[in-house]
This record gives sequence, structure tokens and C-alpha cells, in this order.
Amino acid sequence: MRYLYYPGCSAEATGKAYDISTRALMAKLGVELIELDDWNCCGATSYFSVRELDSFAIAARNLSIAQAQGDEDLVAICNACYTTLSKTNRYMAESDEVFKAVNGALGVVGRSYDGKKPVRHIMDVLINDVGLDAVADKVTRRLTGVKVAPYYGCQYSRPMGTFDDTEFPTTMDSLFKALGAEVVDYPSKLKCCGGLMMMTKEEGALRMCHELLKTAADKNADVIVAACPLCEMNLEAYQPRVNSTFGTNFKIPVMYFTQLAGLAFGVEPKKLAIDLQLVSCDDVLAAIPA
Amino acid sequence: MSDNGFEPRLIGFLCRWCSYNGADLAGTARLKYPPNMVPIKTNCSGRVEPTHIMKAFADGADGVIIAGCHPGDCHYINGNYRTAGRYPLMEKLLEQLGLEHGRVRLEWVSAAEGDKFARVVGEFTEEIRALGPLGWSEQFKDEAAAVAPEAVTA
Amino acid sequence: MAEEKIGVYICHCGTNIGGKVDVEEVTKWAATQPNVAVAREYKYMCSDPGQDLIKNDIKELGITRAVVAACSPTMHEPTFRKAASDGGLNPYLLQMANIREHCSWVTIDPVAATAKAKRILSAQIHRLPLNEPLEPIEVPVNHDVLVVGGGIAGIEAALKLSATGKHVTLVERNPSIGGHMAMFDKTFPTLDCAACILTPKMSALGKDPNITLMAYSEVEYVEGYVGNFTVKVRKKARYVNTDICTGCGACQEACVVRKVKSEFDQGLGFRSAIYIPFAQAVPLRATIDPAKCLTLSKGKCKQQTCVSACGPGAIDFEQKDEVVELDVGAIIMATGFELWDAAQETRYGYGRLDNVITSLEFERISNASGPTGGEIVCKNGEAPKSVVILHCVGSRDQNYQEFCSRVCCMYSLKFSHLIKEHLPETEVYELYIDMRCFGKNYEEFYRRLMDEGVNFVRGRAAEVTDVALSPDEEGRLVVKTEDTLLGIVRRIPADMVILSAGLSPAHDAKEVSQIFGFGCSANGFYLERHPKLEPVATVTDGIFIAGCCQYPKDIPDTVAQAGAAAAGVLGLVDNDTVKVEPTISYIDPEKCSGCHICVGLCPHNAIQYNEEKNAAEVIEAACKGCGVCVSACGSNVPQQRGYLDVQIFAEIEGALAV
Repeated sequence: MRYLYYPGCSAEATGKAYDISTRALMAKLGVELIELDDWNCCGATSYFSVRELDSFAIAARNLSIAQAQGDEDLVAICNACYTTLSKTNRYMAESDEVFKAVNGALGVVGRSYDGKKPVRHIMDVLINDVGLDAVADKVTRRLTGVKVAPYYGCQYSRPMGTFDDTEFPTTMDSLFKALGAEVVDYPSKLKCCGGLMMMTKEEGALRMCHELLKTAADKNADVIVAACPLCEMNLEAYQPRVNSTFGTNFKIPVMYFTQLAGLAFGVEPKKLAIDLQLVSCDDVLAAIPA
Repeated sequence: MSDNGFEPRLIGFLCRWCSYNGADLAGTARLKYPPNMVPIKTNCSGRVEPTHIMKAFADGADGVIIAGCHPGDCHYINGNYRTAGRYPLMEKLLEQLGLEHGRVRLEWVSAAEGDKFARVVGEFTEEIRALGPLGWSEQFKDEAAAVAPEAVTA
Repeated sequence: MAEEKIGVYICHCGTNIGGKVDVEEVTKWAATQPNVAVAREYKYMCSDPGQDLIKNDIKELGITRAVVAACSPTMHEPTFRKAASDGGLNPYLLQMANIREHCSWVTIDPVAATAKAKRILSAQIHRLPLNEPLEPIEVPVNHDVLVVGGGIAGIEAALKLSATGKHVTLVERNPSIGGHMAMFDKTFPTLDCAACILTPKMSALGKDPNITLMAYSEVEYVEGYVGNFTVKVRKKARYVNTDICTGCGACQEACVVRKVKSEFDQGLGFRSAIYIPFAQAVPLRATIDPAKCLTLSKGKCKQQTCVSACGPGAIDFEQKDEVVELDVGAIIMATGFELWDAAQETRYGYGRLDNVITSLEFERISNASGPTGGEIVCKNGEAPKSVVILHCVGSRDQNYQEFCSRVCCMYSLKFSHLIKEHLPETEVYELYIDMRCFGKNYEEFYRRLMDEGVNFVRGRAAEVTDVALSPDEEGRLVVKTEDTLLGIVRRIPADMVILSAGLSPAHDAKEVSQIFGFGCSANGFYLERHPKLEPVATVTDGIFIAGCCQYPKDIPDTVAQAGAAAAGVLGLVDNDTVKVEPTISYIDPEKCSGCHICVGLCPHNAIQYNEEKNAAEVIEAACKGCGVCVSACGSNVPQQRGYLDVQIFAEIEGALAV
């Protein structure tokens, strides 16, 4: 199994641990990831709202490079990268105007793109290509007794729901059940974390984070697992700010799902960059049976 | 959409139970589609013969649609399965006669599918427009005139 | 061919045709066409003066063929053929040219529409000289009727027909008739007790000497045609001899398997493996569920307590399914609906969150004979302090069913009333998109509920969750919605959430419609012959539809439709004969080589091989006129009256001649 791999900007900064743990986990599962050459920002964030066509062109440059680089599907780890790249394909297929504008822009740098490179989410690869059965077979340290709150975030399955139910996804639940963990009912799984609003309207974003953290605490989760660098950062880094605003005392470990899954396959914590987490994950590590 | 000024002449064989009613429904719903196809009603799409298709082309048609009930919905139990079975054979035959692929089309249109009927006629009209005139009727006239000029004028 | 004189009659249909097609121009053109003796236009050709034009021309001008260019032949072909006949012309010498549905209504450009109208008309003008006089075939009519489905629609239709002395067989899939109505507690807006008005009808039906009730049975196969259907019905084995069983219920009390979820109680209550679905069941007979019975499923039930409990000795583990063949003249389909599966709308948590229930579950909870004895309580047995009712679950939703299910607003109001009546202190919220209270006394009922203090919130619920964000939400459900009248987002704490799920076609509506040979609409309900004027007929003569199998509707409309279907049937089976189209096949034995190809292809076994003549023969009574034999014959021997090859050729020529 080979894929072209699009790490995305966050993977080089705040979301470093997502990138490191993904590479380690996939290597362990025998999945080869070939990093996309000379990739650029996917075009996510506010850019889409301000200059939509430019954003499509930026995303399409990555897709055009991917098409030239190999026949493998392009895999993204960040929910926003995944959605943005997929959305570019969809708009190019549905709108002549977007198709022409994008290719016009790419033409300036001597590129072109037909809108047809398949884009996958890393979870889609894990569940549907590797398969839950194969995953369960390779577990060396079952996560027995670890209570996991699976947090999917806004853009995991919405708007398209390509590989999971749009409004109530369950793939991450299935993965961690297969790894032996106890998956808690986490109804806030699709609620927004506040996203970039944390920079502009902090009190609103904190309220959203508070709801997510409170639900996890109410459900007695040991750890929240996330599939998006921004979600992960908001939930983890802003816990002190949530606590001071709402008078709470949350100290809930938040991990990338690739980190926790990697532990189940016997990858060393260091190689999964667990030391980079801000809220200590020691209790989680200790809870996993040897 | 190709706009070459050519208006295709189309014949549509519609079974009376499903497709003819589907065409009626397109009308009742005031859906709009190109005026190029003249419908001919048969009881069942299984009544349509290769000779009917060839007659249509010989008389100047540029394309022919056969439309019947969806599989399983035939008013005569399985008449449309006969249509489905014969259709590929007929396509082959027409191909051997030099007909381009795409001038004949088989469609299942139920009595509830007025929108599908309108869409199919619209699509087919544009496809045939892109293919251009067939011109068999003129060709036959010329050939017949070469063999027996009096037969043509008579 | 003798000289034919064709009359052409072109209808304006007000502006329906005349507003688009240049009728005057088409009329002038038609007058110049081969064999046309006269071409006339008229504002409404179907009116009496319009029809008189045709009749007079036949008499006075000696018209020998006629074509009416107007609407679809499914509308007015019988009208004009009757006019021709009245004028002294064989009706099959008149053709319709459909220039309304197939031309004026679907074409944008008037010039193009006029040209198309000429082509459509030309096809018929070319065909007409080749038409032959035909006589309709008269076939005998069986006076018996089959009704499929034993809900209120089927019950009503069967009783109406029985009252006229007709014999009716009613086939019901479940062990008892009664359908959904039997599950309801009250009916809107009158708050009649559903059982009080339904069970007398059920009981009357069970005792009616003109009605044969075949419950726990399904139709497997239908063949034949109007007046003459043959139907095969599978009587599923009940493993109980219904002739002996008295319906005392001792067996279900004795059965050791007692925790089977009751279908009738929507899985909220339990029944035994041997059971009578509810107290007023008709027929009041026990049935053994073979999947749950230890003897039938595993071959090991030590005590076989049901056998010893049954005084008359009615239990028969050896009983087998039985296939019964019936001959009937007409059929009424009244197969009902299924509740939309609310688990599909994952945001509302049905199946995941306790106390999120469907409307049908609430019907059972509020019903005095239901699993809670009519006490409106949550799963923990406590009365809810707050109930939220979500409208349009699965309905009016482009993700699921686009249509309005028509009854949910009203049954939701009924629920509010029942809750307020039982629990006056409980807050009730109705979250609606639009209140659709369209029937007699419905709007008044809505008004009454406002006065009873129900909170009406205009907004579609975003989600139902158990995530509490304030102390009064702890341990309860919360419904999140936008209140579009106040322009705010609300979180409404609730102890019970009722999903007013829409009505769906039965899961096998498509397969069933195929067994009977008529179609379904795009939304999956049975397709009526005409939405306005033939709402209870199907495209298949002799088969009628009534109730929610056609489209969601309330009880009054269902009962009215059942009566209409019964009247339609009676108009047919009260006669001794019925005329059917003579467009059937014939074979000239002199030309037939006896190759047998057509014999095997005929879908109705209407062709047999005559050894003496070494030729195939058409059995006229069995032929339905598909024409498959005609197109299959290598020698062109079978021909179909009304659809002769020469006639079809002439239509093609005509269509392409303009």
C-alpha cells in the first residue's frame, strides 16, 4: 500500500506531533507514505471566504503536482486540508467557470489539472484500505480500560460524508473499539472547537471548547482523540483559559488519534511525539496494559 | 451544446403503459424539451422491430429512441426483457449497415418519470445534433434514381 | 385501397394548444394533405358542439376516417371514438394526434410547436387509410373481488362491497386485521377513541358471510386481466388449527417464551412465542412465531406448555403453508404505509438516546391497552415534566422524503392534547416548520391547543443531545433549535422527545406493485391512473388503490377513498361482461411454418401450436396485445390488429414527411 502524502502547514508547526505519529503509525502498519514534492498551503482558513477562486488555484497546484508525481491517491491528515482539496475537485467538476479559472492560474506556472486526483483522509485509508480486521490483528498492546472520547470536528465528514455518516460519524469509534479501548458516547463529536475564532473572538471560541471538554469530563473520558491540528490545539492549549473563564478544573489529555493508535501497535511514545503534548498524557500511558 | 443550425429529425417509439404516460406527465408538468422527436405509440416496447427503426432512418430520421417500462414493471410481464435482449443484436446489425453508434437509444421511462422523459429527449437531441444529419433518405433516393429513374418520379 | 375521406379536427383546448400552436395554420395545412376531405378547428373539440362537428361530417360529408388533434388519447380517445360510433363510423377508424401533452405544453417556441404539431398529425393522417374496422372483445366478468390489506381502507372497501351482495376475499399479511388505526388511542381532531370506532367494523367484517378473511396470508402471483384475474395467495402456517382455536389466550399465558418484543406495541411491550397480537384481534386466533417458538426453531421445548394449556387441542406443529388459488373480477389494493425509520436522522438520537421515541411508540404509550396502561411515562417510569415534539422528521426534507406526510401536524396536536390531559403541569413544545391544519375542524383544533398552553416554536430542531450545559439540563435531554419567530437559538430541556416521523411507502411496495402489474410514483407510493380524476384507479384496468398506499392521508380521506374504490369496482363487477381492446394478435395458418418461436415468447401463454395445421394459433381470450410475437417472427406472420406493420410504417412515413 502506497500513498502520496500531504502533511499540510500545521504539520510543520503546532501539529508536528500529528505528522510524526502518522508517519510512525503507517510505517508500523506497512503503509508507505511518499511526501508530496514542493507542496504549498491547501488554501484553507479565511482565504476561501475572501478570494475563493484564488484558493481553488492554490489547492489545485498541490493536486496537479500529485497527479504528475504518481498514480497513488493523495492522503491528507488535517480535516481542513482534506475538505479543501476534495472541495476543489468537486467544484472543478461542477463548474466550468472554476475549472477554467483554476487552469488559467496554473497555466501561468506551466501546470494544468483535470480535477480528478482522488483525495483521501488518513482515517479513510485506515478503515477502508488497511481494514479494521487487519488493524485488530496487528494490535500488540490493547487499549483495554482506556476511556476514549472520539472528537471528529466540523470538517471530518461534513459536508460530503464521503466515508462516514455526514451528521453522526462513527469510524473513529470503530477504530478505537477494534484497538480494545472503551469508546465513550460523545454526542459533541461534531461540534465546532471554535477554530480560528480563538484569535478573533476568544470568548465565543472558549465557550465552544468548554462544551466539548465538559462533555468529555461528564462522560468520564480519560482522553480526547482528535483528527485535526486546530481542534487539537484549541482543546489542549486553551484548557487553562477555559478553566479560568468558566471556573472549571479540566486537565484532560488530548491526543491525535494516530498517537493513541500508535501506542496500541507498540510504537514507543517518543516516536509518536507524545512528549510534545501540553497536557500530560502520563495517566493514559500508565492505563494501557503492558 | 453544439449549435450548428442543424435540427435533427427524431422518432420515438413509446410503450403505452409507461413511457407514453411518462411523456404525458412531462406535458402535464409543463416541462420543456426540444421539439425534434415525434412519438409513435405501441402497446409494448417489445412490439418494436428492427424494420421499424430502419424504416425511420430510410425515411429521413437522424435518430431513434425506443422507450419502455423499467425491468420488472412491464404490463405484459416480460415484453421489455425481449426488447432488452434484442436491442444489442439490433445495434450490431445497424453498425454493419454503417450506422454510427449513438443514433439509436433504448431508455426505461416509467409513467412517473416525466422529468426523465424530458431529460432523455433533450440529451438525445443534442447528441444527434452533434453527430449531424444522417442523410440516408437522400442517399437512397440517389441510389434508386441511378438504378431505375422512373421509379423515383412515379 | 378505396378512396378514403379523412376528416381532421383540431382542438384549441382554450389556450392550452391554441396559445402555442398556430391552429389556423395547421388546419389550412391539413386540408391539403392526402385523402383529407375536411379540416376543422374548434375551441373545445371535446364539448358537445365539437363532437357534433365529427358526427355531422360523417353523416353529411360521408367522412370514412377521422383524426382528432387534441390532448392525450388517455384523456379523450374514448370520448371521440364514442362520437364516431354515434355518427355511424367504426370507432377504430378514428385516431388521436396528441398535440397538447406531447407538443404545446412541452415546447417553448410557437413556430417549432406548430411544426411539431403538423408532424404528429401527419403521422396519423398517413396511418388512417390503413386502419381497419375493429370490434371490442366482450369478455365475461367474475363478480368476486379481492381486497389486499386489512387496515381501515381495506376493511371499509370490503364492507361496502359486501353490502351490495358481492363476495369479497380480504387478504391481510399480519395475524389480525386493523392495521395502524388499531394501534392508535384517539383520532384527531374529534378525539374519538380509535378502537371504539374501528373494532365494530373489524368485528362486522369477521362475521360477514360475504367476506372471506384470509389473515396471515400474502398474495404471491396474479395473472389475467380486467374481470378475470387469477390470484395465488399463500396462507402462512400459524401452527394453530384456526377452525378449533377459540382465541381464549390460554396458550400465550402458558408459553415459556414470554419476552418477545411485540410488533403491535412497537417493541415497547412483550408477547409470547404463541400469541394473539391484541385483545380485539380479528380473527381472534393464536399464531405461533416459528422463529421464537422453541419447538419450531430448536426442536426442543421440554414442557410444550401451550399444547397442554389448549383445551380444544388446536396446536399443530406439523402445519404447512398453503397456497390457495382465487378467481376474481377486480382487485383493491389497500396495503398501507410504514413509519419512516427515524434512526436515519442520526442527529435526533433515536435508538441511541433513551426517551427519544417515535410517534407510533407514543401512540402505544398513550393507549390504555398499551404497554404502560395509558400512563405517559419515561423509561424510568416517571412522568415527563417537559415533552418536545419534533415535526417533519424525514418529511419535507431533501435528504430523505421531499413530500409532506400530511398527518403529522395533526397527530402531533393530538399528542399535545393527550399529554396536557394526562399531565396538566407538563410543558409541551411543538417544533414545527409550518402548521398544516387543512381538514374539517383542524384549524379549530390547533387554536384549541394554543389555548391549552402548548408552546409552539417555529423552527426545525438542529439536534437532540444529552450534553447538559446548565443545571436544569443535567440528566435530561436537550433539544437545540432555532426559534425563527424570535430569531434566537434555544435549548429546550426535555424528559421525552417525540419524533413525528413521516409516512413511507411499504418497504416492498415496488415488488408488490410488480406482482400486480402497475407502477409506483417517484416517491414510492402506488401510482394512480390520473392524479385528479382517477385517484383510485391504476393503469391496469380492474385494479384499484385506496388509503396510504397511494399517498399519506388521514382517516377521513382514507375512508372516502376506500368507498370510491369500492364504487369503481362495483361499476365493473356488477356487469356480466366487459369490453376489452381488440388490439390483439392473429396468425394466418397458411403463412405460418410452425417454427414455434412465438409460442415460447408469449408472456401470457396465448399462443399454442396446432399440429394438424402445423401452425401456431392465437388464443384470443388470453392474448393481451403486447405484440412480442409480431416482432419476433422471422416471416412476419403474426400481426397485431391496430398495430399492423403497415400502419406503423405509415406513421413513420407521415411523421417524417413534413
